[in-house]
Amino acid sequence: MSSVLESIFSTTFLFSVIRVATPLILASMGAVITSNAGITNIGIEGVMLVSALVGVFSSAFGFGPWFGFFMAIITGVICSLAIGYVSMSLKADSVLTCIAFNTMAIGGTVYFMYAVVKDKGTTIALQSGKLPSVEIPIIKDIPILGDILSNHNVVSYIAFLMIFVVYILLYKTPLGLRIRSAGKAPNALSSVGVSLLKTRYIALGVSGILGGMAGAFMSMGYVTWFSKNMTAGRGFIALAADAMGNSTPVGAALSSLLFAVAEALSYSLQITMIPPELVQMLPYLVTIIGLVAYAARKSSLDKKKRKKLAEQ
Amino acid sequence: MTVGQFNTWFEVLRFGLAIFIAFAISFIIMSFSTDSPFAAIGNLFIGPMTSVRRFSTVLETMIPLTFAGLAVNVMFKANQFNLAAEGALFMGALMSAIIAIYMPGPPIMVIIAGMIAAGIVGSLVCAIPGILKIKWNCSEMVISLMLNYVMLYFGTYIFNQVARDPDSAYKASYTFREGVNLGNIIPRTRLHAGIFIVAVFVILTYIFMFKTKWGYKLRVTGSNIHFAKCAGISVAGVIMSSQLIGGFIAGVGGSTEMLGMYSRFQWSSLPGYGFDGVILNILAKENPAYVPVAAFFVAYLRIGADYMYKQSDVAAEIVAIIEGLVIVLVAATAFLSKFRHKMTTKVSKNLLEAGGAR
Amino acid sequence: MDEKVILKVENIWKVYPNGIVANKNVNFEVHKGEIHALIGENGAGKSTLMKILFGIEMPEEGRIILNGEEVKIENSKKAISLGIGMVHQHFMLVDSLTIAENIVLGNEPKKYGLFMNKAQMLKQAKECSEKYNFNINVGDKIEDVSVGVKQKTEILKALVRGAKVLILDEPTAVLTPQETKELFVELNTLKKQGHTIIFISHKLNEIMEICDRVTIMRHGTTVDTSFIKDTSPQDISNKMVGREIVLHVDKKPAKPGEVCLEARDIVYVNSIGKKALDGVNLKLRKGEILSVAGVEGNGQSELAAVLTGMIKPVGGSLKVLGKEIEEFEPAVLRKNKLTYIPEDRMTNGCAAKLSIIDNMFTDKIESFLKKNNVFIDKKKMKEQAEFLVKDFSVLCGSINHQVQMLSGGNIQKVVAARELTEDAEIIIAEQPTRGIDAGASELIRRKIVEFRDRGAAILLVSADLNEVLELSDSTIVMHNGKVNAYFKDTSKLTEEELGYYMLGVKKQTEKEVNAIL
Repeated sequence: MSSVLESIFSTTFLFSVIRVATPLILASMGAVITSNAGITNIGIEGVMLVSALVGVFSSAFGFGPWFGFFMAIITGVICSLAIGYVSMSLKADSVLTCIAFNTMAIGGTVYFMYAVVKDKGTTIALQSGKLPSVEIPIIKDIPILGDILSNHNVVSYIAFLMIFVVYILLYKTPLGLRIRSAGKAPNALSSVGVSLLKTRYIALGVSGILGGMAGAFMSMGYVTWFSKNMTAGRGFIALAADAMGNSTPVGAALSSLLFAVAEALSYSLQITMIPPELVQMLPYLVTIIGLVAYAARKSSLDKKKRKKLAEQ
Repeated sequence: MTVGQFNTWFEVLRFGLAIFIAFAISFIIMSFSTDSPFAAIGNLFIGPMTSVRRFSTVLETMIPLTFAGLAVNVMFKANQFNLAAEGALFMGALMSAIIAIYMPGPPIMVIIAGMIAAGIVGSLVCAIPGILKIKWNCSEMVISLMLNYVMLYFGTYIFNQVARDPDSAYKASYTFREGVNLGNIIPRTRLHAGIFIVAVFVILTYIFMFKTKWGYKLRVTGSNIHFAKCAGISVAGVIMSSQLIGGFIAGVGGSTEMLGMYSRFQWSSLPGYGFDGVILNILAKENPAYVPVAAFFVAYLRIGADYMYKQSDVAAEIVAIIEGLVIVLVAATAFLSKFRHKMTTKVSKNLLEAGGAR
Repeated sequence: MDEKVILKVENIWKVYPNGIVANKNVNFEVHKGEIHALIGENGAGKSTLMKILFGIEMPEEGRIILNGEEVKIENSKKAISLGIGMVHQHFMLVDSLTIAENIVLGNEPKKYGLFMNKAQMLKQAKECSEKYNFNINVGDKIEDVSVGVKQKTEILKALVRGAKVLILDEPTAVLTPQETKELFVELNTLKKQGHTIIFISHKLNEIMEICDRVTIMRHGTTVDTSFIKDTSPQDISNKMVGREIVLHVDKKPAKPGEVCLEARDIVYVNSIGKKALDGVNLKLRKGEILSVAGVEGNGQSELAAVLTGMIKPVGGSLKVLGKEIEEFEPAVLRKNKLTYIPEDRMTNGCAAKLSIIDNMFTDKIESFLKKNNVFIDKKKMKEQAEFLVKDFSVLCGSINHQVQMLSGGNIQKVVAARELTEDAEIIIAEQPTRGIDAGASELIRRKIVEFRDRGAAILLVSADLNEVLELSDSTIVMHNGKVNAYFKDTSKLTEEELGYYMLGVKKQTEKEVNAIL
């Protein structure tokens, strides 16, 4: 047992939490933007997957990982806009569109991977490179803190920066005002001549940037290759984080961190006698419990509040 | 032509065009990765017809797809985007596998017991998102997505503890008891009696949906929950029972697949039927009677794609792109809507003029 | 081209995707600086025409001429840039934002080219509201302000964007009489400043009071335009419906019988924590129509919702047919022979995508089953549905058509046909004739009286004063979640008197109010 505790409170554990949290934070920021605009975007899973593959290909056959990162973002934007086109301009149900897109993403990435490297499993055969890790001056020399916070992949720092950026975007800019209106009262937005469609397209585009980054991190930071269905439901977790965080950037980021702790825990607990399947189950179970706890608390608070007001 | 007739005709046209466009786009994609795209797509089309064995594989593949489509049909009818059919199918398959390994008695009894147990397990799985939605208004979609993974790992844990054969070279359970399978109805194929079971379920689901009071209440609730509540329908009960029924169908589907196609449990990942079910439900226009037709279409494509992979070295996963495109175009209500609008205007105006004073 | 004419539409045709012809050959002219009324029954095509002018819908044929030039209005943005503004019946406001944020939305002042300039925003909004003498606090959140203020915000939104032609879609439907007066003052101010106003309304007296000219629409087309001073209410209403309207409801005196519904101390707290019902008592007797009057938002909807089990009260008790109701559920109350015509027919009154026949018996499907009690007796359903369609003169092609294909009045007839069933002993009718044409209203009112004469008890919740005065036998008035007046005999009541109680200017003593018990 003590070894378990030791591993949990070790710097390597906390370091890995940040590593694991990176794609979740980025994807959940994407989910926050879209859900504020009134779109349930479960397509973010597929967006990440496609971006991850395009990143690897662009890096291997283009100009290295930064080019791959750039192309992954472009891909994320294009995919998100395509989802938007089908669900908004062609008026298909958005959940169905996303499910169809995710199906296409899982199959399509395998198809193209096979077409290029003749392997249906991974692209390990390709020399696709890795985005650099960054040492943070000053902080890296602080004991413990330095070990946890420094020397992460550059995308991890971008991810944390994005929480701040998304916050500013939503609450301090005209675009944010429009995005929030698009979600809360779409009619109000169109009544003043702002195109609801355009606003939602922009929101989707921004979420595509974030989803693209998340995908790029998966295949060029987390590991250095693409493998079949490598996102493994992270896009869905991001959606859950958004729901738990009440669609606020900070709330969603904290929820993402919570999921990351559970996931990291499942790795470090694998060395113990606890069955690995149960540990792997943990993050998903935590998500459900978290969502239920949040919803239950909300409904009981509502009830209490009304009861109190009634007694007055 | 009346407006109603025009609409029917239009829907058929749209469907056909959606399928055509999906194939055309996929053909273009294929032509980048193979020198002979015509041969490849030809193989995709004729593949299932090249032998009795392959054609029967289409029918075998159809069975779990139809179950999944029916399960999703019933659950979505209540306007619940519950995607837990995936987990229900997985757990149903595992449950019946365990029973097939351990339960004594005549094989037919074991099979029936296995199917019922699988159905109950499936119901329980699909009930979870339903309960949480009704009790605390949690998003059934997000919960069910997570739940599927919980079921995968929890099921794998049970499998390892209870059923895994340590002597097997790969991850597999002990073999099922002698005679515990759904037989074989065409020699030298794997087609099993599950095809009859699924046919019964299609008919029952159709009758349930359109001929019984429960189906009626379900349709009203799914169409407008406020109205259903106002009319005195116990909406929570209707939603819950539809999730239980859908889960039951999914569970039986898992069990049918397991007992029909396998002699030991060896799934180590989610089979993906949950999302397939959503796709089938849309292709079937949300009508249980059309689910088997849609399942045949999808199964035919997938088997054709396998043949294409072997003959033309084009990855079979291209069918995922075809399926996705068809769904998107079928679900896209605005697709061809301009044409439709123009025609409707014309038809209405003609009627108006023909009707004179009306 | 006539100098006076600011806006002209010619030969407009509009067909909706479901095949309904909403506008056929519409012609319409508005003069600069006038208040122009547009009146017509529901489904006459007024809303469609206004949607076309504001770029929400595109016509199939026809021309729109603004200031002498033909224009194409593809979307609202274009309409706004052309100087057309619209205040919708349902407010288009973001509740979670402030008045100022709602006003500048789409036109936000910026700083550093990227961020919101909050100070500038508040200043702009304030200046504008002062310019037009609108007395509002622009920093308030929409969710905290009254309906009147919300409407002012809507008008300001249009004015800030330079609207010269302002379309108001039934602006007074949601206002108190006082707020209406205030609005009319404001509209006259706007008129003096050179704005042109298109005023859509159902209320003849308002049109007579404030408008210069009136255009009448019927069955999707414009039938007449005339100066108010040259016409009379009788004349307008005749042109509207093409026949005389009987504003008077024929009924015999009521013979109230035993009490069949009794509510005591009902308290309900709504989602924002307001006591929407604050200790309501009432008794409903067989063979009488008791109306609940009041300015909207004073608890009438909540009262209807509690009595039908749609919401649960936090306090109080309810007795139906002598039985104490333990569970506030529609199913429980319906079992006790209570039926309900809900205010919002599209939300609570029907399943729009299902057929007429499927909508007719939703509450009593159990009595349309075959002997095994499981399968539906389609034949019996069909026969009964065909009978009801005839009895309630529902205009439809077939009973298998979707309800959403029908017009508002016909949908309401379907709802009424379902709820006014033979064994109904208590009928809660909430705004049963709101927003539907005169023919349908008349039929529904007649049916209600018919049921009363058969011995049913009817609770009529209505914001239509004429309906309250004409249809009901006794009346209670709600104000601020409380019953503040009870009149045993409605026929002795005048409109003015009722108005005083509705606005809370007058208030009965507790003893007088409790005379109902």
